[in-house]
Amino acid sequence: MVMQEDVTVMQDDPIAVGSEPLERQPATSPSLSPEVFGAQGAPEPVIRLEEVSIWYGLFRAVRGFSTEIRPNRVTALIGPSGSGKSTLLRSINRMNDLIPGARLEGKVLYHGQDLYGPRIDAVEVRRRIGMVFQKPNPFPKSIYDNVAFGPRLSGFKGDLDGLVESSLRRAALWDEVKGKLKSSGLALSGGQQQRLCIARAIATEPEVILMDEPCSALDPRATLQIEELMRELKERYTLVIVTHNMQQAARASDRTIFMTMGEDRAGYVVEADETNRIFTQPSNQLTEDYVSGRFG
Amino acid sequence: MTAVAPPASARATTSTQLGRHRRDVAGLTFHVLLLIALLFSLGVLATLVLSVLVGGLPVLMERGLSFLTSPTSANPDKAGVVQGIIGSLLMTAIVAMVAIPLGIMTAIYLEEYAPASRLSRFIDINIRNLAGVPSIVYGLLGFTVFVTFLAPATGGTTILSAGLTLAALVLPIVIIASAEAIRAVPHELREGGYGIGASRWQVTRELVLPSAMPGILTGTILALARAIGETAPLLLVGAVLGYFSSGNKGPLEQLFGKFTALPTLIYDWARRPQSEFRDLTSAAIIVLLVITLFATAVSIYLRNRYQKTW
Amino acid sequence: MTQSSSTMPVARPPLLTGTSTRRRNERAVRTVLFLAALVSILISAFIVLSIIGQAISFLAQIDLSQLTAEGWFPRRGMFGVSTLIVGSLLVTGIAIALAAPVGIASAIYLAEYSGPRTRGIVKPILEILAGIPSVVLGFFALTVITPEVIQVFFPTANGFNLLAAGIGVGILTIPLIATISEDAMRAVPRSLREGAYGLGARRATVSLRIVVPAAISGIVAALILGISRSIGETMVVALAAGASGGTEFTTDILGPGQTVTAAMAALATGSDQVTGSTAAFQSLFFLGLLLFAITLGLNVLGDAFVRRTRQRY
Repeated sequence: MVMQEDVTVMQDDPIAVGSEPLERQPATSPSLSPEVFGAQGAPEPVIRLEEVSIWYGLFRAVRGFSTEIRPNRVTALIGPSGSGKSTLLRSINRMNDLIPGARLEGKVLYHGQDLYGPRIDAVEVRRRIGMVFQKPNPFPKSIYDNVAFGPRLSGFKGDLDGLVESSLRRAALWDEVKGKLKSSGLALSGGQQQRLCIARAIATEPEVILMDEPCSALDPRATLQIEELMRELKERYTLVIVTHNMQQAARASDRTIFMTMGEDRAGYVVEADETNRIFTQPSNQLTEDYVSGRFG
Repeated sequence: MTAVAPPASARATTSTQLGRHRRDVAGLTFHVLLLIALLFSLGVLATLVLSVLVGGLPVLMERGLSFLTSPTSANPDKAGVVQGIIGSLLMTAIVAMVAIPLGIMTAIYLEEYAPASRLSRFIDINIRNLAGVPSIVYGLLGFTVFVTFLAPATGGTTILSAGLTLAALVLPIVIIASAEAIRAVPHELREGGYGIGASRWQVTRELVLPSAMPGILTGTILALARAIGETAPLLLVGAVLGYFSSGNKGPLEQLFGKFTALPTLIYDWARRPQSEFRDLTSAAIIVLLVITLFATAVSIYLRNRYQKTW
Repeated sequence: MTQSSSTMPVARPPLLTGTSTRRRNERAVRTVLFLAALVSILISAFIVLSIIGQAISFLAQIDLSQLTAEGWFPRRGMFGVSTLIVGSLLVTGIAIALAAPVGIASAIYLAEYSGPRTRGIVKPILEILAGIPSVVLGFFALTVITPEVIQVFFPTANGFNLLAAGIGVGILTIPLIATISEDAMRAVPRSLREGAYGLGARRATVSLRIVVPAAISGIVAALILGISRSIGETMVVALAAGASGGTEFTTDILGPGQTVTAAMAALATGSDQVTGSTAAFQSLFFLGLLLFAITLGLNVLGDAFVRRTRQRY
């Protein structure tokens, strides 16, 4: 299943092939070239992490993390609790900026641009790389206003109703709420609230959506709905999810990154590979121990 | 080993010990003492309200509206509270216009914008100290800064100076109450905003402030109620005790003339030897209490209704 | 497979640096808010400046022996500060003797005994009590407490007396002590109580021997802040204890007297109102400095205790 998609994506995916020339830096980062059509014909990654270490004050939470996130795929971050998965995820769209004393070393490259560069505005970053959180947190506003919040902030002048509808459709929520857009977002069920949060993130037309354990506060049925949604979403967006549920990672993701906590209490990458290889033929003994449930 | 049933005598004792209500004298006395303490507060409050009503209601009923619309006078049959009401209203307006925006802005800065620096901690400690400064000391501040130093701008001993003095006094209360309300907003709400690319001010204005508004409102109303009841600082800022005429000046002109306020009026009347003024004082107190108690009640009500419908 | 790339109706600044207008606006907002916060520091600075200049000038003007005069008669040049301090101590002592037991007992009741219904009655009563203007309580002390209470027990008591003033100030302080103590008691974790109840202890025992000791930092804070508040109280004393022209040194609580605060009020409102740079007038600032320093010290101490309760749990 995964292999087929790999090839298909390469042929059809327009994103990798210069659709946004303005966002590419002139090739000053030499590491880009071999990646354009890499070893297996894999498309250029949307996001690259190079030797990322994240510190909270004097404590290092993540060390030496290098990996890539490829477009229109679901990449899952798995690992035992405390291994720094959420910290790493949040660093991709600079949410860690909100934590006093948080600091990042290394590079987070988005289409070649270092997101932590000197003149980069974190707000712009987050409009392109949106986030959905573990506990659904819709705003205390109407469903319509929840989804319209982001576009309104950036001065959207077009058809707001249409944008709200298409966002809700893409989040597989439209049919359930179309008659009650003015009612409170908090009156929805847990699964619906989470889909509302996804719709809200989609409304800013991001390229990447980060999801931090999006299903752990939901019941099994809602969880499956969200996983199904992820499969649809990846056609338009690039998804990175953190999950502590291995089966979810196996079901829903294309690529899996396994990280764990080292003896210095810092998280690091153990292995990153196509999902089915991680789960059936992992190269690393630690990986195998984790996916077979021997720890974590 | 067969279980041996406890002997009948032991069983009886146990059941009496567990069953019978052992009279717990000490605990009961303690409970009663606590209740007495509570009843003391209630009793004092009731006595106060009653004595004020007994003294003041007849005056209000007899004089009716003229009590509220007449200026103060040496003649108890003619004396009224209108100058106090106007003074208090104007001062409260000044306090509201100055202290509330400043206070909320300071609270927003401290809670949403301030970095964890020594300056921020210093501002925080300073505000808490200001909240505990006795009100008469604010009177000294008002006298030196507003009445004397800024005389060209404020006109000296005027309602403007008094209002600004009260604003300074009340500012720490507004800041502390607003900061608490803002702090109570759950961080998930902010994260939701930041996570989709809202800026700090956008998150503050669109998400945090609306959510904190009930708490901010409660604190603000309490602060205004406090301002209305203050006397000591006004004495130092030139509130007139005694008689003065406001003539036919409109409220704006009165900002810059001699003035008094309800609490200072009460203080003045309370010290007069004529016995009729005692009841007049009670009547004026009724007016003041109606205003302050109403404000307190509104803020309590707002606080209880805080549970949002959203 | 569908291959739509995301459509972008919103113009995207190419380098992720954001539009300069938005960044300018954000900076402007931050500056304005910061300036607002600085006002509070300005106020503190001005308070100190207002007081110190005149207070020092006062001390320079007078002969320091005047400070040890037997009595406070500013217009006669007698500035016996100890008279006022003793007056303040007496009034505060009476106030705390009343407010501490009543306040703490109310707090124990609210924290350990009351159900939601009683809370709904008691808390508003305390809040209303807290909202009563001090001039009203002063009038109450003068017209009700003195004749109906004090003169009943002590028929020789003066119509103006420090005892009534102390009781009035105490009434004002009850809500403060009750609220802070209650907060401290509520902060005590349930597990501590449950451990004791599980051993069969009764409520009185648990309250007095477990909760109160555990909350002691907060209770001490409440007392310290209550003392500070009582020392700073003006109008109750001004009305109920008389002596606006000055007073000789006295410890008779059944007679008139003055506190530091009431003396300040008297200086501002005396019938031959003193103004200008006379020593009498400037003594107002000297007293203000004294008052400010004492209450500041007490408040800092009280806050330190409040923070200790928060830290524990």
